[in-house]
Amino acid sequence: MKMRGARILLEALRCEGVKHVFGYPGGAVLHIYDEIVQTSEELGITHYLVRHEQGSLFAAAGYSQSTGQTGVALVTSGPGGTNAVTGIANAFMDSIPVVVFTGQVPTHLIGNDAFQEADLTGITRSCTKHNYLVKKVEDLAPTIKEAFYVASSGRPGPVLVDLPKDVTAQVCDFSYPETIELESYKPQVYGNPKHVRRAVQAMIEAERPVLYIGGGAIAAGAEQEVLRLAERLNLPTTCTLMGLGGFPANHPLSLGMLGMHGGYWTNMAVNNCDLLISIGARFDDRVTGKLSEFATGAKFIHVDIDPSCIGKNVRCDYPVVGDARTVGRQMLQELEAQLADGAKITSRDAWHAQIAEWRRQHPFDFKEDGDVIKPQYVIHELRRITGGRAYVSADVGQHQMWTAQLYGFDQPRQWLNSGGLGAMGYGFPAAIGAQVAHPGELCVAVVGDGGFQMSLNELATVKQYNIPVKILLINNGYLGMVRQWQEQFYEHRYSHSDMEVAPDFVRLAEAYGVPALRATRRDEVTHTLEKGLNIPGPVLIEMQVAREENVFPIVPAGAALKDMILA
Amino acid sequence: MKHTISIHVENEFGMLTRIAGLFSARGYQIDTLNVAPTLVPGVSRMTLTTHGNDHVIEQILQQTRKLIKVRKVNDMTASPHVEREMVMLTVNAHQGEQRQEVLSLVEIFRARVVDVSEDAFILELTGNAEKVEAFIGLLKPIGILDIVRTGPVAMTRVAAVRAQQLADEEEEFSELTLNEKV
Repeated sequence: MKMRGARILLEALRCEGVKHVFGYPGGAVLHIYDEIVQTSEELGITHYLVRHEQGSLFAAAGYSQSTGQTGVALVTSGPGGTNAVTGIANAFMDSIPVVVFTGQVPTHLIGNDAFQEADLTGITRSCTKHNYLVKKVEDLAPTIKEAFYVASSGRPGPVLVDLPKDVTAQVCDFSYPETIELESYKPQVYGNPKHVRRAVQAMIEAERPVLYIGGGAIAAGAEQEVLRLAERLNLPTTCTLMGLGGFPANHPLSLGMLGMHGGYWTNMAVNNCDLLISIGARFDDRVTGKLSEFATGAKFIHVDIDPSCIGKNVRCDYPVVGDARTVGRQMLQELEAQLADGAKITSRDAWHAQIAEWRRQHPFDFKEDGDVIKPQYVIHELRRITGGRAYVSADVGQHQMWTAQLYGFDQPRQWLNSGGLGAMGYGFPAAIGAQVAHPGELCVAVVGDGGFQMSLNELATVKQYNIPVKILLINNGYLGMVRQWQEQFYEHRYSHSDMEVAPDFVRLAEAYGVPALRATRRDEVTHTLEKGLNIPGPVLIEMQVAREENVFPIVPAGAALKDMILA
Repeated sequence: MKHTISIHVENEFGMLTRIAGLFSARGYQIDTLNVAPTLVPGVSRMTLTTHGNDHVIEQILQQTRKLIKVRKVNDMTASPHVEREMVMLTVNAHQGEQRQEVLSLVEIFRARVVDVSEDAFILELTGNAEKVEAFIGLLKPIGILDIVRTGPVAMTRVAAVRAQQLADEEEEFSELTLNEKV
């Protein structure tokens, strides 16, 4: 059937099972928006108008991170695309499958410095997994098929499809390819059995093993395999910031988060282990601290679908290239085979006792201070009131770390944050994406006053569509993490981290028609939270917290894990 | 250490910038670069030379392989191979002794004179980098007016290709790129 490019785009989205699109119109995408208003309902696609293109990418990311499905964003040419770049880079760093459609000036104007022209494939080449410029309408459907395939397979990531305006107006026959195979791109899913065998043998024999779970385990849906491996081999298990929820926080084998703001016991366990088993993690600098002093007595097993991650930061003794879930299953089978052959799992009792002792010495702790609201207490109460079952997104900074430390994520895809890029402004729109994907669930955006001011324009979005995100604003009037570093590492010289002027957030939310509550004293926290979380529709809950609270423990930048500062 | 890397790419819009961008974004060097079509329609072969320690070279190979439209990446340096580059030079060749000296160098190096004028030659030489360097070194005192080099292209020796094919058949996971660790 013949149809114009704009319609082909929507039909292709339907073929990909896309139900929700986050976008912002403009000149170069007018044909597409004209098609949306006419046919999207019939195609079962709902478009959400965000208030800034960056928000569309963060919402698409939150949508994807909370479901595992590919998120979709649609923005116009030039500034629409450049505004989206931070969101694209965020998806790239955190391996989030997102397909972003950008408008482009008509093909005959490309390269002419036309109005709202930007070289979007050029600009995003280094922050997309791949990108495409569609030059004729016949290429449109196959390109979209390829874009979704590339975004969601292998190590997932963002893919950009640049659509010149004339291409969306041209007409051709629509047929959507059913299968796709690329000569140049074949992710390796199945692990080499020889490598699996050697890794499992090391896991059986280790005396002080630690299992280290990253975002890749969640991306692969490997939580069951991870859990079975940990239980069968009696492995203390830690999660990275991106991996939280990949292993239940309430499990007796859970060590919580490791790295710069990880637990003392966690980092001590990692640093003193004799075998570190990494599944879908990438030994990021925020995890390892000073590399030359990281787990110096350990051998490393590294399971990753991206071979370039293996051996990039640490030497690897047992590499396994493959999908975390597939390799996890192979490992479980291999484990049973080796046990049947008479292999005996080394006793880890002394090791567990040692870790328990470290945990007893320095648990997560904070001091209460009379009526003052401690931010940690707010997160603690949030956990208690929600039973640990909410979808929680965080922005970037101190509140992000407190949430990561204290909320206790028991399920994968429950925790959304900007881990690799650390993009302020992420938290609120990401929660919008998660809420759209899970209309009946509680979605809480934990944000700081700094980051919230980078995306509070989305208050209009949640109001317009009655998206019931609960915004939990941890307001300390500072760029808290910057201030903390200035306090600790720059002799208290607070350079431009004091947000001296800020709006009255309650009145601001109300100006958008969003109900808002505020707590200023510790004894108001529980009641305010309970009340706010129970109001239907979007709500803003502001907590005016202790201004100069610090996140502990902290491993100073460039220091070894063992040199963490505890308080 | 210098490495010569061969990359087969799908020859689509912006492919060269993808490779070049990857190198600049990750701080790798491109010393020379050569691109031309292969026998497969739509596929080009790039030969580039770079340098770095083993870790850097391994990352270069892996990161380049990761690009979606890259089909094959080989570190030619890892196996027996033949390398050639071509240089063209415009050199002084005034009547008399100088002209004779240039011609004798041309003969010794098995170069060719491809253009002649009253006082200059254009010479063409093909060889490995050392040979090219030696030729240039000897011509410098005579006076090089202009120079252009292609940078090396490389091809794995036939015997090495056969050996690799045999090894691939034995190793079930021939695509696996990691070095075997003992």
